[in-house]
Amino acid sequence: MSTVTWITARGLFGRSRFLMLLPLPLILIGLAVLCRSLGVDPGQWGPPVLVGLGLAVVLPVVALIEGTGVLGAEIDDGTVVHILTKPLPRWQIVLPKLAVAAGVTAVTVGVPIYVAGVLADSVRLGLALVVASAAGALAYSALFLALSLVTRRPVLLGLVYVLIWEGLLGRFVSGTRVLSIQQWVIALADRMAPTPLLGTSVSVPVAAVLTALVAVGFTVLAIDRLRSFSVAGETS
Amino acid sequence: MTAISTQSTAGAPAAATSTLDLAGVSRWYGNVVAVNDVTMRLGPGVTGLLGPNGAGKTTLLHMMAGFLSPSRGTVTLDGEPTWRNPGVYRRLGLVSEREAVHTFLSAYEFVLASAKLHRLPDPEAATKRAIELVEMEDAQTRRIGTYSKGMRQRTRVAAALVHDPQVLLLDEPFNGMDPRQRLHMMALLHRLGDAGRTILFSSHILEEVEQVSGTVQVMVAGRLAASGDYRTIRRLMTNRPHVFAVRSTDDRALAVALMAEASVSGVELGRTGLTVKAGDYGAFTRALPRIALRHGIRVRQLLPEDESLESVFSYLVEA
Repeated sequence: MSTVTWITARGLFGRSRFLMLLPLPLILIGLAVLCRSLGVDPGQWGPPVLVGLGLAVVLPVVALIEGTGVLGAEIDDGTVVHILTKPLPRWQIVLPKLAVAAGVTAVTVGVPIYVAGVLADSVRLGLALVVASAAGALAYSALFLALSLVTRRPVLLGLVYVLIWEGLLGRFVSGTRVLSIQQWVIALADRMAPTPLLGTSVSVPVAAVLTALVAVGFTVLAIDRLRSFSVAGETS
Repeated sequence: MTAISTQSTAGAPAAATSTLDLAGVSRWYGNVVAVNDVTMRLGPGVTGLLGPNGAGKTTLLHMMAGFLSPSRGTVTLDGEPTWRNPGVYRRLGLVSEREAVHTFLSAYEFVLASAKLHRLPDPEAATKRAIELVEMEDAQTRRIGTYSKGMRQRTRVAAALVHDPQVLLLDEPFNGMDPRQRLHMMALLHRLGDAGRTILFSSHILEEVEQVSGTVQVMVAGRLAASGDYRTIRRLMTNRPHVFAVRSTDDRALAVALMAEASVSGVELGRTGLTVKAGDYGAFTRALPRIALRHGIRVRQLLPEDESLESVFSYLVEA
Protein backbone atom coordinates (compact mmCIF):
# COMPACT_ATOMS: atom_id res chain seq x y z
CA MET A 1 0.00 0.00 0.00
CA SER A 2 1.41 3.40 -0.95
CA THR A 3 1.92 6.01 1.74
CA VAL A 4 -0.67 8.27 0.11
CA THR A 5 -3.21 5.43 0.15
CA TRP A 6 -2.39 4.68 3.77
CA ILE A 7 -2.78 8.31 4.90
CA THR A 8 -5.98 8.70 2.89
CA ALA A 9 -7.51 5.53 4.31
CA ARG A 10 -6.47 6.44 7.87
CA GLY A 11 -7.97 9.89 7.42
CA LEU A 12 -11.17 8.51 5.98
CA PHE A 13 -11.80 5.94 8.66
CA GLY A 14 -10.67 8.35 11.36
CA ARG A 15 -13.21 11.01 10.48
CA SER A 16 -16.72 11.01 11.81
CA ARG A 17 -18.06 11.57 8.30
CA PHE A 18 -17.32 7.91 7.64
CA LEU A 19 -20.19 7.07 9.99
CA MET A 20 -22.46 8.93 7.58
CA LEU A 21 -21.91 6.09 5.13
CA LEU A 22 -23.57 3.45 7.27
CA PRO A 23 -27.29 4.39 7.47
CA LEU A 24 -28.06 4.37 3.73
CA PRO A 25 -26.74 0.84 3.01
CA LEU A 26 -28.50 -0.44 6.13
CA ILE A 27 -31.78 1.10 4.96
CA LEU A 28 -31.33 -0.52 1.55
CA ILE A 29 -30.77 -3.97 3.05
CA GLY A 30 -33.54 -3.45 5.60
CA LEU A 31 -36.11 -2.51 2.96
CA ALA A 32 -35.19 -5.44 0.70
CA VAL A 33 -35.38 -7.92 3.60
CA LEU A 34 -38.68 -6.44 4.78
CA CYS A 35 -40.29 -6.63 1.33
CA ARG A 36 -39.05 -10.16 0.77
CA SER A 37 -40.20 -11.36 4.20
CA LEU A 38 -43.64 -9.80 3.70
CA GLY A 39 -43.95 -11.62 0.37
CA VAL A 40 -44.36 -8.46 -1.71
CA ASP A 41 -43.99 -9.05 -5.45
CA PRO A 42 -40.41 -8.15 -6.53
CA GLY A 43 -41.90 -6.47 -9.60
CA GLN A 44 -43.40 -3.92 -7.22
CA TRP A 45 -40.59 -3.30 -4.75
CA GLY A 46 -37.61 -4.09 -6.99
CA PRO A 47 -37.47 -0.91 -9.12
CA PRO A 48 -37.99 1.59 -6.27
CA VAL A 49 -35.54 -0.18 -3.94
CA LEU A 50 -32.85 -1.23 -6.42
CA VAL A 51 -32.98 1.81 -8.70
CA GLY A 52 -34.84 4.49 -6.75
CA LEU A 53 -32.85 3.96 -3.55
CA GLY A 54 -29.79 1.85 -4.40
CA LEU A 55 -28.54 3.34 -7.66
CA ALA A 56 -30.17 6.78 -7.51
CA VAL A 57 -29.41 7.63 -3.86
CA VAL A 58 -27.03 5.26 -2.05
CA LEU A 59 -24.43 4.99 -4.82
CA PRO A 60 -24.11 8.72 -5.69
CA VAL A 61 -24.39 9.92 -2.09
CA VAL A 62 -21.73 7.52 -0.81
CA ALA A 63 -19.53 8.41 -3.79
CA LEU A 64 -20.11 12.09 -3.07
CA ILE A 65 -19.02 11.71 0.57
CA GLU A 66 -15.95 9.68 -0.44
CA GLY A 67 -15.02 11.49 -3.63
CA THR A 68 -15.11 14.95 -2.12
CA GLY A 69 -13.63 13.71 1.16
CA VAL A 70 -10.39 12.05 0.08
CA LEU A 71 -8.84 15.29 -1.15
CA GLY A 72 -11.41 17.99 -0.40
CA ALA A 73 -11.24 17.42 3.36
CA GLU A 74 -7.44 17.78 3.26
CA ILE A 75 -7.75 20.94 1.21
CA ASP A 76 -10.25 22.35 3.70
CA ASP A 77 -8.10 21.66 6.76
CA GLY A 78 -4.79 22.48 5.05
CA THR A 79 -3.19 19.06 5.55
CA VAL A 80 -2.92 18.67 1.77
CA VAL A 81 0.24 20.82 1.97
CA HIS A 82 1.93 17.95 3.80
CA ILE A 83 1.55 15.69 0.75
CA LEU A 84 2.03 18.38 -1.86
CA THR A 85 5.44 19.42 -0.50
CA LYS A 86 6.84 16.08 -1.59
CA PRO A 87 8.65 15.41 -4.89
CA LEU A 88 5.81 13.26 -6.18
CA PRO A 89 4.31 13.52 -9.64
CA ARG A 90 0.74 14.64 -8.99
CA TRP A 91 -0.75 11.52 -10.57
CA GLN A 92 0.85 9.56 -7.72
CA ILE A 93 -1.33 11.55 -5.34
CA VAL A 94 -4.58 11.59 -7.33
CA LEU A 95 -4.67 7.92 -8.37
CA PRO A 96 -4.28 6.43 -4.86
CA LYS A 97 -6.89 8.83 -3.53
CA LEU A 98 -9.25 7.95 -6.37
CA ALA A 99 -8.63 4.26 -5.71
CA VAL A 100 -9.54 4.68 -2.03
CA ALA A 101 -12.68 6.69 -2.82
CA ALA A 102 -13.88 4.34 -5.56
CA GLY A 103 -12.91 1.23 -3.59
CA VAL A 104 -14.67 2.24 -0.39
CA THR A 105 -17.74 3.36 -2.37
CA ALA A 106 -17.82 0.10 -4.34
CA VAL A 107 -17.66 -1.97 -1.16
CA THR A 108 -20.10 0.20 0.81
CA VAL A 109 -22.64 0.09 -2.03
CA GLY A 110 -21.76 -3.34 -3.39
CA VAL A 111 -22.70 -5.33 -0.29
CA PRO A 112 -26.24 -3.95 0.16
CA ILE A 113 -26.98 -3.81 -3.58
CA TYR A 114 -25.89 -7.43 -3.91
CA VAL A 115 -28.18 -8.49 -1.07
CA ALA A 116 -31.07 -6.49 -2.52
CA GLY A 117 -30.44 -7.88 -6.04
CA VAL A 118 -30.39 -11.46 -4.79
CA LEU A 119 -33.57 -10.97 -2.78
CA ALA A 120 -35.32 -9.28 -5.69
CA ASP A 121 -34.32 -11.68 -8.46
CA SER A 122 -31.18 -13.79 -8.50
CA VAL A 123 -27.51 -14.06 -7.65
CA ARG A 124 -26.78 -13.10 -11.25
CA LEU A 125 -28.64 -9.81 -10.82
CA GLY A 126 -26.87 -9.25 -7.51
CA LEU A 127 -23.46 -9.72 -9.14
CA ALA A 128 -24.41 -7.58 -12.15
CA LEU A 129 -25.44 -4.77 -9.81
CA VAL A 130 -22.16 -5.11 -7.90
CA VAL A 131 -20.05 -4.87 -11.08
CA ALA A 132 -22.10 -2.04 -12.59
CA SER A 133 -22.15 -0.03 -9.37
CA ALA A 134 -18.36 -0.51 -9.06
CA ALA A 135 -18.00 1.06 -12.52
CA GLY A 136 -20.38 3.82 -11.40
CA ALA A 137 -18.39 4.28 -8.18
CA LEU A 138 -15.27 4.90 -10.26
CA ALA A 139 -17.00 7.43 -12.54
CA TYR A 140 -18.74 9.25 -9.68
CA SER A 141 -15.57 9.31 -7.57
CA ALA A 142 -13.49 10.74 -10.43
CA LEU A 143 -16.15 13.41 -11.01
CA PHE A 144 -16.45 14.39 -7.34
CA LEU A 145 -12.70 14.26 -6.70
CA ALA A 146 -12.14 16.61 -9.64
CA LEU A 147 -14.93 18.86 -8.34
CA SER A 148 -13.08 19.20 -5.03
CA LEU A 149 -10.17 20.69 -6.98
CA VAL A 150 -12.08 23.02 -9.27
CA THR A 151 -14.55 24.52 -6.82
CA ARG A 152 -14.75 25.40 -3.16
CA ARG A 153 -18.24 23.90 -2.97
CA PRO A 154 -17.82 20.41 -4.37
CA VAL A 155 -20.55 18.86 -2.21
CA LEU A 156 -23.11 21.44 -3.29
CA LEU A 157 -22.26 21.03 -6.98
CA GLY A 158 -22.24 17.26 -6.61
CA LEU A 159 -25.68 17.35 -5.04
CA VAL A 160 -26.93 19.57 -7.84
CA TYR A 161 -25.70 16.99 -10.37
CA VAL A 162 -27.21 14.05 -8.50
CA LEU A 163 -30.49 15.58 -7.41
CA ILE A 164 -31.27 18.09 -10.15
CA TRP A 165 -29.62 16.63 -13.24
CA GLU A 166 -29.98 12.91 -12.62
CA GLY A 167 -32.95 12.94 -10.25
CA LEU A 168 -35.23 15.65 -11.59
CA LEU A 169 -34.25 16.35 -15.20
CA GLY A 170 -33.47 12.68 -15.80
CA ARG A 171 -37.03 11.82 -14.89
CA PHE A 172 -38.76 14.41 -17.08
CA VAL A 173 -36.28 15.24 -19.87
CA SER A 174 -35.25 11.99 -21.50
CA GLY A 175 -32.29 13.52 -23.37
CA THR A 176 -30.46 14.27 -20.11
CA ARG A 177 -30.27 10.53 -19.34
CA VAL A 178 -27.48 10.16 -21.88
CA LEU A 179 -25.28 12.19 -19.53
CA SER A 180 -26.33 10.40 -16.35
CA ILE A 181 -23.93 8.04 -14.55
CA GLN A 182 -26.93 6.48 -12.85
CA GLN A 183 -28.43 5.51 -16.23
CA TRP A 184 -25.09 4.11 -17.40
CA VAL A 185 -24.95 1.89 -14.32
CA ILE A 186 -28.49 0.67 -14.96
CA ALA A 187 -27.66 -0.04 -18.61
CA LEU A 188 -24.53 -2.00 -17.69
CA ALA A 189 -26.31 -4.04 -15.00
CA ASP A 190 -29.23 -4.76 -17.30
CA ARG A 191 -26.81 -6.00 -19.99
CA MET A 192 -25.14 -8.42 -17.57
CA ALA A 193 -28.41 -9.66 -16.03
CA PRO A 194 -31.39 -8.74 -18.23
CA THR A 195 -34.44 -8.17 -16.04
CA PRO A 196 -37.66 -6.15 -16.21
CA LEU A 197 -36.72 -4.66 -12.83
CA LEU A 198 -34.13 -2.41 -14.53
CA GLY A 199 -34.93 -0.24 -17.50
CA THR A 200 -33.14 2.54 -19.33
CA SER A 201 -33.12 4.16 -22.74
CA VAL A 202 -29.31 4.47 -22.81
CA SER A 203 -27.54 1.86 -24.93
CA VAL A 204 -24.82 -0.33 -23.44
CA PRO A 205 -21.99 0.84 -25.76
CA VAL A 206 -22.81 4.48 -24.99
CA ALA A 207 -22.94 3.71 -21.26
CA ALA A 208 -19.61 1.83 -21.33
CA VAL A 209 -17.80 4.44 -23.38
CA LEU A 210 -19.14 7.39 -21.39
CA THR A 211 -18.35 5.72 -18.06
CA ALA A 212 -14.75 5.22 -19.17
CA LEU A 213 -14.55 8.75 -20.60
CA VAL A 214 -15.84 10.35 -17.40
CA ALA A 215 -13.54 8.27 -15.20
CA VAL A 216 -10.46 9.02 -17.29
CA GLY A 217 -11.36 12.60 -18.20
CA PHE A 218 -12.06 13.81 -14.69
CA THR A 219 -9.00 11.98 -13.35
CA VAL A 220 -6.80 13.77 -15.89
CA LEU A 221 -8.49 17.05 -14.97
CA ALA A 222 -7.86 16.40 -11.25
CA ILE A 223 -4.18 15.66 -11.89
CA ASP A 224 -3.78 18.82 -13.93
CA ARG A 225 -5.54 20.96 -11.32
CA LEU A 226 -3.41 19.52 -8.55
CA ARG A 227 -0.29 20.49 -10.49
CA SER A 228 -1.45 24.11 -10.32
CA PHE A 229 -2.80 23.93 -6.78
CA SER A 230 -2.60 27.30 -5.05
CA VAL A 231 -2.68 27.90 -1.33
CA ALA A 232 -4.59 30.99 -0.30
CA GLY A 233 -2.63 33.31 2.01
CA GLU A 234 -3.88 33.66 5.55
CA THR A 235 -2.23 36.87 6.54
CA SER A 236 -0.87 37.85 3.13
CA MET B 1 9.25 54.11 -1.27
CA THR B 2 12.89 53.38 -2.03
CA ALA B 3 14.23 49.98 -1.16
CA ILE B 4 17.43 49.89 0.84
CA SER B 5 19.72 47.01 0.11
CA THR B 6 22.94 45.71 1.60
CA GLN B 7 24.59 42.34 1.10
CA SER B 8 21.85 39.66 0.80
CA THR B 9 23.04 36.82 2.98
CA ALA B 10 26.24 35.71 4.54
CA GLY B 11 28.71 33.68 2.59
CA ALA B 12 28.94 32.56 -1.01
CA PRO B 13 27.01 29.47 -2.02
CA ALA B 14 29.09 26.32 -1.87
CA ALA B 15 28.53 23.24 -3.99
CA ALA B 16 26.03 21.65 -1.57
CA THR B 17 24.02 24.81 -1.00
CA SER B 18 20.99 26.20 -2.77
CA THR B 19 19.96 29.67 -3.81
CA LEU B 20 16.43 30.94 -4.09
CA ASP B 21 16.00 33.77 -6.57
CA LEU B 22 13.07 36.09 -7.03
CA ALA B 23 13.21 38.33 -10.08
CA GLY B 24 10.66 41.13 -10.46
CA VAL B 25 7.99 39.09 -8.71
CA SER B 26 4.49 40.51 -8.38
CA ARG B 27 1.26 38.89 -7.37
CA TRP B 28 -2.14 40.47 -7.56
CA TYR B 29 -5.68 39.35 -6.83
CA GLY B 30 -8.05 41.33 -9.04
CA ASN B 31 -7.12 44.95 -8.40
CA VAL B 32 -5.36 44.19 -5.12
CA VAL B 33 -1.60 44.00 -5.38
CA ALA B 34 -0.33 41.69 -2.64
CA VAL B 35 3.32 41.60 -3.73
CA ASN B 36 4.80 44.29 -5.92
CA ASP B 37 7.95 43.86 -8.00
CA VAL B 38 10.12 42.04 -5.47
CA THR B 39 13.64 41.01 -6.40
CA MET B 40 15.79 39.17 -3.89
CA ARG B 41 18.34 36.40 -3.65
CA LEU B 42 18.49 34.10 -0.65
CA GLY B 43 21.64 32.12 -0.03
CA PRO B 44 22.99 30.12 2.93
CA GLY B 45 22.26 31.49 6.38
CA VAL B 46 19.22 32.58 8.31
CA THR B 47 17.16 35.44 6.94
CA GLY B 48 14.13 36.99 8.60
CA LEU B 49 11.21 38.04 6.43
CA LEU B 50 9.76 40.90 8.35
CA GLY B 51 6.70 43.01 7.86
CA PRO B 52 3.46 44.09 9.44
CA ASN B 53 0.35 41.95 8.98
CA GLY B 54 -0.90 42.28 5.43
CA ALA B 55 2.50 43.23 4.05
CA GLY B 56 2.62 40.26 1.65
CA LYS B 57 4.93 37.93 3.60
CA THR B 58 2.76 34.83 3.33
CA THR B 59 2.01 35.44 -0.34
CA LEU B 60 5.73 35.79 -1.00
CA LEU B 61 6.51 32.60 0.94
CA HIS B 62 3.83 30.69 -0.94
CA MET B 63 5.33 31.79 -4.24
CA MET B 64 8.79 30.73 -3.05
CA ALA B 65 7.38 27.34 -2.02
CA GLY B 66 5.65 26.75 -5.37
CA PHE B 67 2.15 27.10 -3.98
CA LEU B 68 1.26 30.24 -5.86
CA SER B 69 2.16 31.36 -9.34
CA PRO B 70 3.62 34.85 -9.66
CA SER B 71 1.42 37.17 -11.70
CA ARG B 72 4.67 38.57 -13.06
CA GLY B 73 8.35 37.67 -12.61
CA THR B 74 10.04 34.39 -11.76
CA VAL B 75 10.81 32.41 -8.63
CA THR B 76 13.59 29.87 -9.08
CA LEU B 77 15.50 27.48 -6.85
CA ASP B 78 18.97 26.90 -8.29
CA GLY B 79 17.63 28.05 -11.63
CA GLU B 80 14.53 25.81 -11.63
CA PRO B 81 11.07 27.35 -11.30
CA THR B 82 9.29 26.42 -8.08
CA TRP B 83 5.79 26.66 -9.61
CA ARG B 84 4.41 23.39 -11.06
CA ASN B 85 7.69 21.66 -10.30
CA PRO B 86 7.37 19.09 -7.48
CA GLY B 87 11.02 18.09 -8.00
CA VAL B 88 12.12 21.21 -6.06
CA TYR B 89 10.79 19.64 -2.84
CA ARG B 90 13.83 17.36 -2.78
CA ARG B 91 15.78 20.47 -1.76
CA LEU B 92 13.05 22.56 -0.19
CA GLY B 93 11.09 22.20 3.04
CA LEU B 94 8.09 24.28 4.07
CA VAL B 95 6.48 24.90 7.42
CA SER B 96 3.33 26.83 6.62
CA GLU B 97 1.59 29.12 9.06
CA ARG B 98 -1.62 27.15 9.16
CA GLU B 99 -1.62 24.53 11.88
CA ALA B 100 -2.37 21.66 9.53
CA VAL B 101 -1.40 18.18 10.62
CA HIS B 102 -3.07 14.81 10.42
CA THR B 103 -4.33 14.68 13.99
CA PHE B 104 -5.15 10.98 13.74
CA LEU B 105 -1.45 10.09 13.32
CA SER B 106 1.31 10.13 15.92
CA ALA B 107 4.32 12.40 15.40
CA TYR B 108 6.39 9.35 14.49
CA GLU B 109 3.86 8.19 11.90
CA PHE B 110 3.53 11.71 10.50
CA VAL B 111 7.26 12.23 10.09
CA LEU B 112 7.78 8.67 8.84
CA ALA B 113 5.10 9.24 6.20
CA SER B 114 7.04 12.32 5.09
CA ALA B 115 10.25 10.32 4.89
CA LYS B 116 8.55 7.62 2.81
CA LEU B 117 6.92 10.15 0.51
CA HIS B 118 10.40 11.58 -0.07
CA ARG B 119 11.53 8.05 -0.94
CA LEU B 120 14.44 8.27 1.50
CA PRO B 121 16.66 5.18 1.55
CA ASP B 122 16.27 4.68 5.32
CA PRO B 123 13.03 6.42 6.34
CA GLU B 124 13.06 5.09 9.93
CA ALA B 125 16.54 6.49 10.62
CA ALA B 126 15.65 9.82 9.03
CA THR B 127 12.48 9.98 11.14
CA LYS B 128 14.41 9.27 14.34
CA ARG B 129 16.94 11.98 13.51
CA ALA B 130 14.26 14.58 12.67
CA ILE B 131 12.28 13.85 15.83
CA GLU B 132 15.42 14.14 17.96
CA LEU B 133 16.23 17.43 16.27
CA VAL B 134 12.99 18.97 17.55
CA GLU B 135 13.11 17.13 20.89
CA MET B 136 9.86 15.24 20.43
CA GLU B 137 11.12 11.79 21.43
CA ASP B 138 8.98 11.52 24.56
CA ALA B 139 5.65 12.25 22.86
CA GLN B 140 6.34 10.75 19.44
CA THR B 141 3.94 7.81 19.82
CA ARG B 142 0.98 9.87 21.04
CA ARG B 143 -1.68 11.05 18.58
CA ILE B 144 -0.99 14.56 17.29
CA GLY B 145 -4.55 15.49 18.23
CA THR B 146 -3.46 15.41 21.89
CA TYR B 147 -0.50 17.81 21.36
CA SER B 148 -0.19 21.44 22.37
CA LYS B 149 0.17 24.02 19.61
CA GLY B 150 3.93 24.21 20.14
CA MET B 151 4.33 20.43 19.94
CA ARG B 152 2.35 20.34 16.71
CA GLN B 153 4.59 23.06 15.35
CA ARG B 154 7.71 21.10 16.24
CA THR B 155 6.23 17.99 14.62
CA ARG B 156 5.65 19.93 11.43
CA VAL B 157 9.21 21.24 11.54
CA ALA B 158 10.47 17.66 11.95
CA ALA B 159 8.42 16.57 8.92
CA ALA B 160 9.82 19.48 6.90
CA LEU B 161 13.39 18.62 7.93
CA VAL B 162 13.22 14.85 7.52
CA HIS B 163 14.86 14.93 4.07
CA ASP B 164 17.50 17.41 5.23
CA PRO B 165 16.52 20.12 2.72
CA GLN B 166 18.96 22.76 1.52
CA VAL B 167 16.25 25.41 1.78
CA LEU B 168 13.76 25.70 4.62
CA LEU B 169 10.90 28.19 4.52
CA LEU B 170 8.98 28.81 7.73
CA ASP B 171 5.90 31.00 8.04
CA GLU B 172 5.59 32.43 11.56
CA PRO B 173 7.38 29.40 13.08
CA PHE B 174 7.34 30.63 16.67
CA ASN B 175 3.57 30.98 16.91
CA GLY B 176 2.18 29.06 19.86
CA MET B 177 5.57 28.08 21.28
CA ASP B 178 6.42 28.62 24.90
CA PRO B 179 9.65 30.52 25.70
CA ARG B 180 11.76 27.38 26.11
CA GLN B 181 10.52 25.89 22.82
CA ARG B 182 11.10 29.26 21.19
CA LEU B 183 14.71 29.34 22.31
CA HIS B 184 15.18 25.77 21.17
CA MET B 185 13.75 26.57 17.75
CA MET B 186 15.94 29.65 17.47
CA ALA B 187 19.02 27.58 18.28
CA LEU B 188 17.97 25.00 15.70
CA LEU B 189 17.58 27.63 12.99
CA HIS B 190 20.99 29.05 13.91
CA ARG B 191 22.57 25.61 13.62
CA LEU B 192 20.94 24.94 10.27
CA GLY B 193 22.04 28.34 8.97
CA ASP B 194 25.58 27.79 10.21
CA ALA B 195 25.59 24.41 8.46
CA GLY B 196 25.04 26.12 5.11
CA ARG B 197 21.27 25.77 4.83
CA THR B 198 19.22 28.58 3.38
CA ILE B 199 16.64 29.42 6.01
CA LEU B 200 13.93 32.02 5.59
CA PHE B 201 11.39 32.61 8.29
CA SER B 202 8.65 35.18 8.40
CA SER B 203 7.58 37.02 11.49
CA HIS B 204 5.90 40.19 12.55
CA ILE B 205 7.55 40.02 15.99
CA LEU B 206 10.71 42.07 15.90
CA GLU B 207 12.37 40.50 18.92
CA GLU B 208 12.16 37.08 17.30
CA VAL B 209 13.85 38.25 14.13
CA GLU B 210 16.44 40.23 16.05
CA GLN B 211 17.41 37.20 18.08
CA VAL B 212 17.58 34.76 15.18
CA SER B 213 18.96 36.75 12.33
CA GLY B 214 20.79 39.97 11.62
CA THR B 215 19.84 39.67 7.97
CA VAL B 216 16.35 40.74 7.11
CA GLN B 217 14.08 41.23 4.15
CA VAL B 218 11.55 43.87 5.13
CA MET B 219 8.20 43.88 3.36
CA VAL B 220 5.96 46.91 3.62
CA ALA B 221 2.67 47.14 1.70
CA GLY B 222 3.69 44.43 -0.76
CA ARG B 223 7.07 45.94 -1.57
CA LEU B 224 10.54 44.96 -0.47
CA ALA B 225 11.42 48.01 1.60
CA ALA B 226 14.88 46.92 2.73
CA SER B 227 17.19 43.97 2.43
CA GLY B 228 20.35 42.98 4.27
CA ASP B 229 21.85 43.41 7.76
CA TYR B 230 19.51 45.70 9.66
CA ARG B 231 22.35 47.58 11.37
CA THR B 232 23.83 48.35 7.98
CA ILE B 233 20.39 49.31 6.70
CA ARG B 234 20.11 51.76 9.59
CA ARG B 235 23.40 53.38 8.70
CA LEU B 236 22.24 53.84 5.13
CA MET B 237 19.25 55.86 6.32
CA THR B 238 21.14 59.14 6.08
CA ASN B 239 17.96 61.22 6.14
CA ARG B 240 17.39 60.23 9.76
CA PRO B 241 19.88 61.38 12.40
CA HIS B 242 21.50 58.62 14.45
CA VAL B 243 20.81 58.80 18.14
CA PHE B 244 23.57 57.99 20.65
CA ALA B 245 23.54 57.83 24.44
CA VAL B 246 26.82 59.25 25.74
CA ARG B 247 28.11 59.36 29.32
CA SER B 248 31.33 61.06 30.28
CA THR B 249 33.23 62.60 33.16
CA ASP B 250 31.84 66.08 32.24
CA ASP B 251 28.63 65.81 30.23
CA ARG B 252 27.97 69.57 30.11
CA ALA B 253 31.43 70.44 28.76
CA LEU B 254 31.20 67.60 26.26
CA ALA B 255 27.77 68.84 25.10
CA VAL B 256 29.19 72.32 24.42
CA ALA B 257 32.13 70.86 22.54
CA LEU B 258 29.96 68.51 20.49
CA MET B 259 27.71 71.34 19.30
CA ALA B 260 30.68 72.73 17.39
CA GLU B 261 31.10 69.45 15.51
CA ALA B 262 29.59 69.52 12.01
CA SER B 263 28.25 65.95 12.09
CA VAL B 264 26.22 66.67 15.26
CA SER B 265 22.72 68.05 14.72
CA GLY B 266 21.57 68.20 18.34
CA VAL B 267 22.55 67.46 21.93
CA GLU B 268 20.25 66.97 24.89
CA LEU B 269 21.62 67.06 28.41
CA GLY B 270 19.83 64.67 30.71
CA ARG B 271 20.32 63.42 34.26
CA THR B 272 22.02 60.24 33.14
CA GLY B 273 24.08 61.67 30.31
CA LEU B 274 23.82 63.11 26.83
CA THR B 275 21.55 62.19 23.96
CA VAL B 276 23.36 63.13 20.79
CA LYS B 277 21.80 63.27 17.32
CA ALA B 278 24.33 62.87 14.54
CA GLY B 279 23.67 63.17 10.82
CA ASP B 280 26.72 61.12 9.84
CA TYR B 281 27.32 57.93 11.81
CA GLY B 282 30.95 57.46 10.75
CA ALA B 283 31.99 61.12 11.08
CA PHE B 284 30.54 61.38 14.59
CA THR B 285 32.07 58.16 15.95
CA ARG B 286 35.46 59.25 14.59
CA ALA B 287 35.13 62.82 15.93
CA LEU B 288 33.97 61.97 19.46
CA PRO B 289 37.26 60.55 20.83
CA ARG B 290 39.20 63.43 19.29
CA ILE B 291 36.89 66.06 20.85
CA ALA B 292 36.92 64.34 24.23
CA LEU B 293 40.70 64.12 24.23
CA ARG B 294 41.07 67.75 23.26
CA HIS B 295 38.90 68.85 26.20
CA GLY B 296 40.31 66.41 28.71
CA ILE B 297 37.03 64.52 29.07
CA ARG B 298 36.81 60.79 29.44
CA VAL B 299 33.94 59.06 27.57
CA ARG B 300 32.48 56.31 29.74
CA GLN B 301 29.71 55.09 27.46
CA LEU B 302 28.73 55.40 23.82
CA LEU B 303 25.60 53.51 22.77
CA PRO B 304 23.75 53.78 19.44
CA GLU B 305 20.14 54.09 20.62
CA ASP B 306 18.18 53.60 17.43
CA GLU B 307 20.10 50.81 15.80
CA SER B 308 17.70 48.17 17.04
CA LEU B 309 15.58 46.32 14.54
CA GLU B 310 12.55 48.00 16.07
CA SER B 311 13.88 51.45 15.18
CA VAL B 312 14.87 50.37 11.69
CA PHE B 313 11.50 48.77 11.15
CA SER B 314 9.52 51.74 12.39
CA TYR B 315 11.55 54.09 10.17
CA LEU B 316 10.85 51.86 7.16
CA VAL B 317 7.15 51.54 7.85
CA GLU B 318 6.79 55.29 8.42
CA ALA B 319 8.72 56.14 5.23
